Amino acid sequence: MSHLLEIHNLSKDYRGVPALVDVSLSVKKGEFVAVIGRSGAGKSTLLRCINRMVEPSSGRVEFEGRDVLALGRRNLRAMRTRVGMIFQHYNLVPRLTVAENVLHGRLGFKSTWAGLLGLYSESEKRRAWDLLVQLGLEAQVHQRCDLLSGGQKQRVGIARALIQDPRLILCDEPIASLDPGSAKVIMDHLRRIADESGITILINLHQVDVAVQYADRIVGIRAGRVEYDGSPKKLNKKTVSHIYGSDSDDLLVGALEE
Amino acid sequence: MTAHRTIHQWFRRRQLGTGLGLAVVFAVTAGAAALTQFDLAEGFAAFPKALGWMGANFVPDARAWANLPKILSRLGETVVVSVMAATTAALVSFVLAILGSKTTRFHPAATVVVRALASVGRNIPVVAWAMIFLLAFGQTFLTGFLALFIESLGFLTRSYLETIDEAASAPVEALRAAGTPWAPVAAHAVVPSVLPGLASWMLFMLETNIRSATLVGLLTGTGIGFLFDLYYKSLNYPSAALTTLAIVVVVLILEAVSGFLRKVIL
Repeated sequence: MSHLLEIHNLSKDYRGVPALVDVSLSVKKGEFVAVIGRSGAGKSTLLRCINRMVEPSSGRVEFEGRDVLALGRRNLRAMRTRVGMIFQHYNLVPRLTVAENVLHGRLGFKSTWAGLLGLYSESEKRRAWDLLVQLGLEAQVHQRCDLLSGGQKQRVGIARALIQDPRLILCDEPIASLDPGSAKVIMDHLRRIADESGITILINLHQVDVAVQYADRIVGIRAGRVEYDGSPKKLNKKTVSHIYGSDSDDLLVGALEE
Repeated sequence: MTAHRTIHQWFRRRQLGTGLGLAVVFAVTAGAAALTQFDLAEGFAAFPKALGWMGANFVPDARAWANLPKILSRLGETVVVSVMAATTAALVSFVLAILGSKTTRFHPAATVVVRALASVGRNIPVVAWAMIFLLAFGQTFLTGFLALFIESLGFLTRSYLETIDEAASAPVEALRAAGTPWAPVAAHAVVPSVLPGLASWMLFMLETNIRSATLVGLLTGTGIGFLFDLYYKSLNYPSAALTTLAIVVVVLILEAVSGFLRKVIL
């Protein structure tokens, strides 16, 4: 099976402070990969280096066989339309409706003028509707996003990513601001998307137990370095303690072997 | 030493700091008063006297009320110039702020130029602008308008830049990550996020302009400022009083209207 995403020796430092150190990672099509680690370990930077929302300092990123770091502006935008992104704070436009926010996912495919005027085709609107039905938001289609609950906002975020028909979705702590019930709904949707449409998911998570429960594969990052890369089944308490630092006996790792 | 002692000491230190700060303020006031030979007590004592003088002379009489139509028409001119300056400046500031914002990232050079422009407009007082334009255009409406416009432009551009950076950075990140070109990002992420904030600043500018316009009118010989100056210098205090009263009423009405508009848009 070919790799959708290959990262070789990726490093990033912010004014001399290293955030990522020599990270190498290959992700197959359709894989559900969870990246775990403490706050500030570099999870967010890793995700943003893939679509170059953050410029890496050195290394190589290949997406669908193309060297992402060599792309010019136009080609980078074309690449980004194939990569969806979901954020911890949803990053919606609060005063616009659910439908408008979802259709924002199509702006990358349009000419500047069509995009400027927000000219969406009939089929794009139909697709937005279908996605919102899938995600259980048909009653909120014309509601303003600032009136939604956190879980609903994140579902709008998912719909906005899906309407791009992406090959890969990058999820940056998508459930960190949600209550456990809403978090489960979001995680179930993401898992279903990976299973049904073969979209690859790369997700940053705080919660080890959630990562173990949903992911096909877990990547543990500590201080910008990959310290674990493998099956959730083989992740043990000792490794988790290592990833999260020494005082991690209280972490939710009851499901793991000693 | 037990732990709570450190908390106790922290509060002691802060109390000491507050006390010192107050002492410094008093010392500076006393020093400034000594320097200008200003007697604070005498200054306060003059208040009743001033109020008494105003009560005796600064009251509109029948002759003053006869001037009301003239006062209102001049006041209308001032309001129109103020509104024009605020709305025109708002439009130009909006374009400048979108180009100069760090969130929209149009061009790094644009950020520097826009910030510099805003700084020049804002940091030179409106009265100084009025004097400068007075030399160029003489005592005309254009002079007053330009002075208010430049001042509003500087202030609004600065406020708009901050509003955009504060309110729009999250959706801008999302749309850029989805491969959206620059202009549609500005149109769909920035504009809807910041519009109420921008309108609110514009209303604030409008209120400020009416107050400044009176002062500018004094210099440029236009609007209500001119009329006030005329009455005042010809010792027609009752009419000057009525002029002042009219300004106060108009400012209050404007504040009420813009307060209502703010509630509607926010």
